[in-house]
Amino acid sequence: MTPEQLLYTKSHEWAYVQDDPSGAKIATVGLSAFALELLTDLVYVDLPEVGRRVSAGEPLGEIESVKAVSDLYSPVDGEVVEVNTALADNLAGLADDPYDAGWFVKIRIADESLLAGLLDYAAYQKQCAEEEH
Amino acid sequence: MRNTQATKLLFEQSKPGCRGVRLPECDVPERPIDELLPSGAIAEAPPPLPELSEPDVVRHFVNLSTLNMSVDTHFYPLGSCTMKYNPKRNERLSSLPGMVDLHPYQPQQTVQGTLELLWRSQEMLAEIAGLPAVSLQPAAGAHGEMTALLVAAAYFRDRGEKRSVVLIPDGAHGTNPASATMAGMKTVPVRSTNDGYVDLDDLAAKLNDRTAVLMITNPNTLGIFEEKIAEITQIVHAAGGLVYLDGANMNAIMGVTRPGDFGADLMHYNPHKTFGSPHGGGGPGAGPIAVAEHLAPFLPTPIVVKDGDCYRLDYDRPNSIGRVRSFFGTVGVLVRMYCYILTHGGDGLRHVSENAVLCANYLLARVRHFLPVPHGKRCMHEFVASAAKLKADKDISAMDIAKRLLDHGFHAPTVYFPLIVREALMIEPTETESKATLDAFAEALFRVTEESAELLHDAPHTTAVSRPEEVAAARNPILRWTP
Amino acid sequence: MSYIPNTSQDRQTMLEAIGVDSINDLFAMVPDALRLDRSLDLPAAMGEMELSAHMVGLAAQNTPAGRAACFLGGGSYDHFIPAVVDAVASRSEFYSSYTPYQAEAAQGNLQAMFEYQTLITQLTGMDVSNSSLYDGGSAAAEAVMMALGATRRSGRVVTAASVHPEYRQVLDTYLANLDTELVVVGTPDGAVSPEELEAALTDQTACVLIQHPNFFGCLEDVDAIAEITHRAGALMIVSVDPISLGLLKRPGDYGADVVVAEGQSLGTAMSFGGPYLGIMACREKFVRRMPGRLVGQTVDRRGRRCWVLTLQTREQHIRREKATSNICTNQGLIALRAAVYLALMGPEGMRKVAEPCLQKARYAAEQLTAAGSLCRAFNKPTFKEFVVRVEGDVDRLLQSALSEGIFAGVPLRQWYPELADCMLVAVTEKRTKAEIDRLVNVLK
Repeated sequence: MTPEQLLYTKSHEWAYVQDDPSGAKIATVGLSAFALELLTDLVYVDLPEVGRRVSAGEPLGEIESVKAVSDLYSPVDGEVVEVNTALADNLAGLADDPYDAGWFVKIRIADESLLAGLLDYAAYQKQCAEEEH
Repeated sequence: MRNTQATKLLFEQSKPGCRGVRLPECDVPERPIDELLPSGAIAEAPPPLPELSEPDVVRHFVNLSTLNMSVDTHFYPLGSCTMKYNPKRNERLSSLPGMVDLHPYQPQQTVQGTLELLWRSQEMLAEIAGLPAVSLQPAAGAHGEMTALLVAAAYFRDRGEKRSVVLIPDGAHGTNPASATMAGMKTVPVRSTNDGYVDLDDLAAKLNDRTAVLMITNPNTLGIFEEKIAEITQIVHAAGGLVYLDGANMNAIMGVTRPGDFGADLMHYNPHKTFGSPHGGGGPGAGPIAVAEHLAPFLPTPIVVKDGDCYRLDYDRPNSIGRVRSFFGTVGVLVRMYCYILTHGGDGLRHVSENAVLCANYLLARVRHFLPVPHGKRCMHEFVASAAKLKADKDISAMDIAKRLLDHGFHAPTVYFPLIVREALMIEPTETESKATLDAFAEALFRVTEESAELLHDAPHTTAVSRPEEVAAARNPILRWTP
Repeated sequence: MSYIPNTSQDRQTMLEAIGVDSINDLFAMVPDALRLDRSLDLPAAMGEMELSAHMVGLAAQNTPAGRAACFLGGGSYDHFIPAVVDAVASRSEFYSSYTPYQAEAAQGNLQAMFEYQTLITQLTGMDVSNSSLYDGGSAAAEAVMMALGATRRSGRVVTAASVHPEYRQVLDTYLANLDTELVVVGTPDGAVSPEELEAALTDQTACVLIQHPNFFGCLEDVDAIAEITHRAGALMIVSVDPISLGLLKRPGDYGADVVVAEGQSLGTAMSFGGPYLGIMACREKFVRRMPGRLVGQTVDRRGRRCWVLTLQTREQHIRREKATSNICTNQGLIALRAAVYLALMGPEGMRKVAEPCLQKARYAAEQLTAAGSLCRAFNKPTFKEFVVRVEGDVDRLLQSALSEGIFAGVPLRQWYPELADCMLVAVTEKRTKAEIDRLVNVLK
């Protein structure tokens, strides 16, 4: 995956939307390289269990560095169908590979219309540039 | 002199068969243990503790003690913590057998001395606060905060009002919002102005008929007295809310102004800050609270009352929130507090605050020329400098400065708090430091800001250990020794 | 001004450097209308000699337990304190330091707390101990709060009448503003009935809090309680007497999820109720739900082993309103005392303290009930405390014991109306046969 293919939230989560074999829309969700750099050395990630119902904009889990903790917000409404359990043991490498091995959860999207509320790559880049100032 | 042999972990020094104590033979007729207890309840072996001799244990812990900085050995300008001298007389007097060798359920006629001391402590804390009713029960400042919020909640419940929102300025101690959550309340932050005061417009906008309490720290965590405190308390009261004063900074205002006089309805004290009882490496402290008359019925139970010449514990308090800990409270800490207040008297406490403020302003005057202090050229008992410019110009952070100060023989200030100042260094000298010490500290701080970033990034260089790998510690927590 | 090193000359120089004329000018931020226009109305200042005389005078109005024979218990006990504990704790490098935020300047405290945590896990058989909470009562309440978070069940908390009544009062207070129902299972026979416990559990019960040995001194059927509790998906929280673990099975070995204890028995004076020590230990999987400070082992930049505060994101200074608790520090100095005590005792010492408690309590109970005017209230095995029922008025009996220099027991009426004619008697290793015989003579 490349950053350009993804949709973003204002709170720095990314989502990659594709169809699963049954035709349902699945969003793979992670955290952007920009956010990971700000968070510095991550030490812990708390992800939801499979089956959990989540709503767009609501906390999905938490991510911790030594001295800070950030909520992870869901970009979409839906149900968690898969969790990246390997992530916990590879937090050191997350910043190097945020868009492939660094995914957090996969969510079966319940309401596709909400995707329109997400930012595309260009809009997200613009937001990041503004935050840096 | 370092003794690394003695500071190996206790468990690594353990030797089978070693004994640290010998107890007398049992002098009653003994019965086999398995006749006295069900066999399923008995452990097969005693707990696998280390085995050490008495001299081993003493040498171990005495050597460990030398690896600490402490108020008795170093200047300890830890902002918000009021690391003042801990009077030795208080240690001696609080250790009298007649003070410590007392069971909490002893008949009250056998603890009249302690009950008198506690009753007088309640009276004295009420006078210093300007608030008439006191509970000595909370075990620490944060515990006092929670207790006071539970008192406020009980008060509103009693009045049939559904108020459960606590307003908290963004510069507040983290304990404030955490205490509010513990008390089952919701928190709403209130912004600070650029000058570091509570933003009155933001406060007014957030006040409504759900507001229970405004928690305010005054002087605030920037070391600034809220000049509009009377107006603040007035508009909170007008909206039907109560005002809670976080008393962490009482060392600035004793005998100068009183929380009750500027409109606070509830407050806590930190005797381990304001009244010189030792911090103990993290405790024990105490967190007595003082409240206005209308909140008195809701205080925890028991409190000490005086009947004629007799003192007794009053448990008959039907509106009380109940208990927040077992037994009376951290009495040993309260005894030290009592000794401290008696040593000073009313004018003496005022002198303490005056000198604390003098020391802080003097240090501020020396420091602000080379390290920006964003919020004013005057302060109360502490001030917050910012290394933001140094960070931008030279890549020297507040943490680098803190670490390098250790090499210069000074404990670090509080860093990265309050959150509203970037690269914050919160400096509180206290009144028990001499001008010479303050001069030496200012000099050291200046030298540190002139040093190279490379040197500072790796500081401290002279301590027993260098910077610990905190990320590794948090990723793979090792929280106990294993063989 | 006892502790202010600056002279009036120093003060003058300092004022000049600041650029003000007087100290009063420094308080310009405090509006005049809010200034106190009088001196605080407090007793006149005392020098050290006057203060000493005053304090000795107050102490003389107390009767220390050491001048009586103390059979009082109920969560605070007259156990022996080795001199080494006082010697170490009176090192001011320990007592006049603070929370080890700067690890490099606090390795002594940090290592001692790491050792404390390890000693507590060894004593309890649990995976993790924090570096202490305030006292046994608030530790029990914190454990319940922790269980509410860990289980994501907030409907019900179940405890028992045999848990220290003051601990239950604390719990009541902590739960007052939450939507959690506190159910107290009755213990008319002196201990929890597993059947009644089971009936009280629902699928929304977060935890069961019991005490073992319980407030009446009786042992609980911990194996059955663990099984029932876990079957309901709830956590088992046990409040223990740390001295009892010299003999009794460790909570980690019978399935407890969280262990709390009042640690006063481990080397700290009774001090009329505090400062005490809240012990808390739990299973590994709940560590991120744990309140309070944790010390972890790591290495420094040169690879040397060292210690540091860790997992701080649980705590209030980072997580603020979402923290696991509002607790800010620990009971450092009291935890240090417990660590020194346990290091001195070792496995053999803990057994040698626990055994005479058991033997002497059993001897006292037998002697007291032999004459027939007193009887055991409960027919259950006990450790170092037991409840006796008396003929006649408890208070009068206690008063007559007091006149003989004996603190005979804790009357139970204030918490248990049905036990109005009962008192709780505690016997530690310090009580001699002669003292027990005197107690028997006075009470029978």
